[in-house]
Amino acid sequence: MSEHTAHGTMTLKLIVWRQKGPTEPGRFETYLARNITEHHSFLEMLDVVNEDLINDGKEPIVFDHDCREGICGTCSQVINGLAHGGQTRTTVCQLHMRTFKDGDTIYIEPWRAKAFPILKDLMVDRNALERIIQAGAYTSVNTGAAPDGNSILISKEDADYSMDAAECIGCGACVAACPNGAAMLFTGAKVSQFAALPQGQVEARERVFSMIEVMQKCGFGNCANHYDCQAVCPKDIDVKFIARLNREYLKALVM
Amino acid sequence: MILDGKSPTGPIEQTWDMHRLKMKLVNPANKRKYKILVVGTGLAGASAAASLGELGYNVEAFCYQDSTRRAHSIAAQGGINAAKNYPNDGDSISRLFYDTVKGGDFRSREADVWRLAQVSNNIIDQCVAQGIPFARDYGGYLDNRSFGGAQVSRTFYARGQTGQQLLLGAYSSLSRQIKAGTVKIFPRTEMLDLVVVDGEAKGITIRDLVTGEIRCHVGDAVLLCSGGYVNVFYLSTNAMGCSATAIWKAYKKGAFFANPCYTQIHPTCIPQSGDYQSKLTLMSESLRNDGRCWVPKNHGDNRPPNEIPEEDRDYYLERKYPSFGNLAPRDISSRAAKEQCDDGRGVGPGGRGVYLDFRDPINRLGKHTIEERYGNLFEMYELITAEDGYSVPMRIYPAPHYSMGGLWVDYNMMSNIPGLFVLGEANFSVHGANRLGASALMQGLADGYFIIPYTIADYLAQTEPGVVTIDHPECAKSIEDVNAYTDRLLSVNGKRTVTGFMRELGILIWENVGMERSEKSLTEAIEKIPAIRNEFWENVQIPGNGSGINQQLEIAGRTAEFLEFAELLARDALHRNESCGGHFRVEYQYEDGEAKRDDENFSYSAAWEYKGIGRRPELHKEPLKFENVELAVRSYK
Repeated sequence: MSEHTAHGTMTLKLIVWRQKGPTEPGRFETYLARNITEHHSFLEMLDVVNEDLINDGKEPIVFDHDCREGICGTCSQVINGLAHGGQTRTTVCQLHMRTFKDGDTIYIEPWRAKAFPILKDLMVDRNALERIIQAGAYTSVNTGAAPDGNSILISKEDADYSMDAAECIGCGACVAACPNGAAMLFTGAKVSQFAALPQGQVEARERVFSMIEVMQKCGFGNCANHYDCQAVCPKDIDVKFIARLNREYLKALVM
Repeated sequence: MILDGKSPTGPIEQTWDMHRLKMKLVNPANKRKYKILVVGTGLAGASAAASLGELGYNVEAFCYQDSTRRAHSIAAQGGINAAKNYPNDGDSISRLFYDTVKGGDFRSREADVWRLAQVSNNIIDQCVAQGIPFARDYGGYLDNRSFGGAQVSRTFYARGQTGQQLLLGAYSSLSRQIKAGTVKIFPRTEMLDLVVVDGEAKGITIRDLVTGEIRCHVGDAVLLCSGGYVNVFYLSTNAMGCSATAIWKAYKKGAFFANPCYTQIHPTCIPQSGDYQSKLTLMSESLRNDGRCWVPKNHGDNRPPNEIPEEDRDYYLERKYPSFGNLAPRDISSRAAKEQCDDGRGVGPGGRGVYLDFRDPINRLGKHTIEERYGNLFEMYELITAEDGYSVPMRIYPAPHYSMGGLWVDYNMMSNIPGLFVLGEANFSVHGANRLGASALMQGLADGYFIIPYTIADYLAQTEPGVVTIDHPECAKSIEDVNAYTDRLLSVNGKRTVTGFMRELGILIWENVGMERSEKSLTEAIEKIPAIRNEFWENVQIPGNGSGINQQLEIAGRTAEFLEFAELLARDALHRNESCGGHFRVEYQYEDGEAKRDDENFSYSAAWEYKGIGRRPELHKEPLKFENVELAVRSYK
C-alpha cells in the first residue's frame, strides 16, 4: 500500500462484525476501504465500502446512523476497541479519516452489552434506555399547566450544571465501554438534570427509586469506578453525575 | 377550485380565542374511545402525542428512528422565539406576528401566524416547567438573544443545542404518557401508505424496519408530523432518514400539496468538501449575532484571510443591508453569499464559500465570552474541517435546510382529507415563502402542544369512534399495495446503487431548482426528472429481500418518492412567475437584485392535486388576504 499524502487517498483494511440476527452467531469479515481521503467522515468511509459491496452483489454492512452531526445519538460503533473511536468528545459520525493513515487496520464492532441485543451487524436494540427514561425522567406537568417561565428563578450556576447533564445524547457508549455494562452515567445524568432544578424537586424521591429499579431490571450492571464511560462519552458527561445519582438515592432512602 | 382555509374573521387579536370558543369538545369520558395515529416524533409529533395522551385519547406514535428522542428536531441549534418581551426592547405578540408575516414575504395566512405568535409565550412556560435548562442570566432569569429578521432579542436558547433540549422535553412528556399507557410507541417503523375510507383518513400502513412486516394500523384520525423534504437536494442539513415519503403517500391519496417551491437555503453551513459527501452541517444562525460575513474586495486576492487588511474586505451584508447587517434573513443572506461567489470573490475550494469572522467580537468581548456562547459550534466546525474558528475565520456556504411548503391544511390544521391533520414542517401554514430563524421550533411546539389538542376535538366530536377496524377491505388493499410496491423495488435487480440515483437527482435539483431558478432551468429539470425516474425503475440495484432489516430498501423507497416529488417542486416553481422569499426567479428581480413579488397575480397559496405519475397535477388556489399587515416591498436595508 502506498504512503498516505495530504492530497492522496488511503486504503484501509476493515475487520467488521457481521451478524444476521439476534440469535445468529456473528463473525468478523475483512474488507478493503479504497479511495478514502482525509475529509471522509468515518461513516462516509463505510458508505464507500457499502457501495463497493453492493456493486459486488454482496449485502452491505448494516449500521445505525441518522443526523451525522453528532447530536441524534443514533450512531453506535466500537472502533479498535473504543466506543465511538476514542477521539475526545466525538461521535462516530463526526470522526474523520484524517485520524487514520494509509494501510491501517480498523476493527469495527457493535455496542456489546447484555442490555443491548444485536439486531444485525453493527445495529443494536437500545430500548432498555427508553425504559429507564419512562420510569421517571420527567416532571409531571400537563400541557397548559405551567406558570410564567420567569416565575421560577434558577441560578446561572444551577442552570449550567443541569445543562451539562442534559447534554447526554442517549447513544449508549457509556454502557458499551463499561466493563460492567452499567448505564449509571446515562441514568445519573438524567437524575442530576432534574435534581439541580426546582422543577425536579417534587418527584425527586420517586424518580430516583423507579429509574434505578428499572435500570437494574433491564440487565445493566453497576458502577465500579472505572470511568471508561466518561472517557468515551461524545458529550463528555462527567462521572460526578454518577456520584450525584448515588447521593440522590441515599437522600431518598432517608427522606 | 378556490380553497378556503377557514380562517376566522374579525379583529385578529380575538381570532384564536373566539375560534376556540366555537369549536366542539369531546367529553373527558369519551376521549379514550378515540384512537389517534401520530406519524413522526419530532417537536410537533412528540408534543402532540404527549398532549393528546394527557387529555385521555388513545394514541399510537410511529417513528423510523430507534427512539422517539432522535427525530431531527434534535439538531436545531440556535433557539426558539417567543414574544415575552423580557428584555424590554419593544417586543409584543403584534411585533412577532408582523415580523413573521414580513419574514415570510407576505405569503402566509395572517390568522395562522397570529395564533402562532399568541401561543409562543405558553411554549416557553411549558418548556421551563418540564425542566429544560434554558440559558439564564446571573439573576436567575431567562436569557435571550437575537436572530435574523428581527430587531428585538426574543430568542430563548439552551447553549447551541436548543432543539435537543426542547425535543428531550417533549420526549420526557411523551415517555410519561407511555408509562401511563395512553400512548403506544412504534419505533423503527415507516409509514408507506395512508388508508382512506369513504373520503376520511382512518389508518396508515407501515413497514416494520426490523422484521419487515407490513401491517395496517387504524384510528379515528391521523396526524402527519413527518418533517420536511429538502433531502430532495440530496445534500442538505437534514438527517439521512428525513424524507417526503409520508406526506407524498398522503398526496397520492388525495391530500393537496401546497407551495412546494418554498424551500429554505440556510446561509451558514460548512461548505461541501467532496463528491462522497453524505450531508451538510449547519452552523447556527446565532453565530451571526457576533460573527461578520465577508469576502475579499478584490478578485484573485488569494492571501490567507488574516493577512487581508480591513480596507480590502467586503462585509457585504453590512454594506447591502445596513439596518439588519449580518442579521439579514436567511433567504437574503444566502443569495448575497451566492452573489459574491458568482462574482468570483468566493473563498476556499472551488470559490464556493465566504468567511464568517469572529476576530472583532473576540477583541471586543474576549474569547471566553464567545466560547461560552458558541463553544459547541466552534468545536463542531473544527471536527469537520480541522480548522480553528477562533483564530482563522470560518468558511461557510448556503445549504438546503428547511421546507416552508408542505401539505395544505386549513386553520384547524386539517388537510382537505377529513381526519388527516398535518403539523410542524410537514404542513405549509405559517412561514410563507421564507422562515425566520428560531421559528421552526416555535411552530412545531405550538402545533403539538397548543393547537391540535383543541382543533382535533372539533373533528372527533363529529366522528363516531372506532368505525373502521383492521379487517376493513381498504386495509387489506393498502397492505397489498405496499407489498406489491416493495416487491417491485426489490425485483428491478439492476446495476446502479440507490445512492447513485439520489445523488444524480440532488445535483439536478440543486443546480436547476435551488437558490436561483429560471424558466429555462425549471423546464430542463421537468424534462430530465422522468428520465432519472425511469432509469431508477429499470436499473436500480437493491440487495437482499424485504423480510428483515434492509437499509438499502428503505432508502430506495424514499428515493422513489423524491423522484416523483421533485417534479412537483419544479412545476410549482415554474408556475410561480414572481420571486418571493426562498423562491427566487431570475426573471423577477429589481435592478439591485432584490426579489420582485407580484401581489396582483400571485398572492395565493398554490395547492396541487395529484393526477397520476408523470401527469400534470391540478392547481387549486387559496387567495391570501392581508388586513392587518400592509403589503410592502420587503426591505431589510
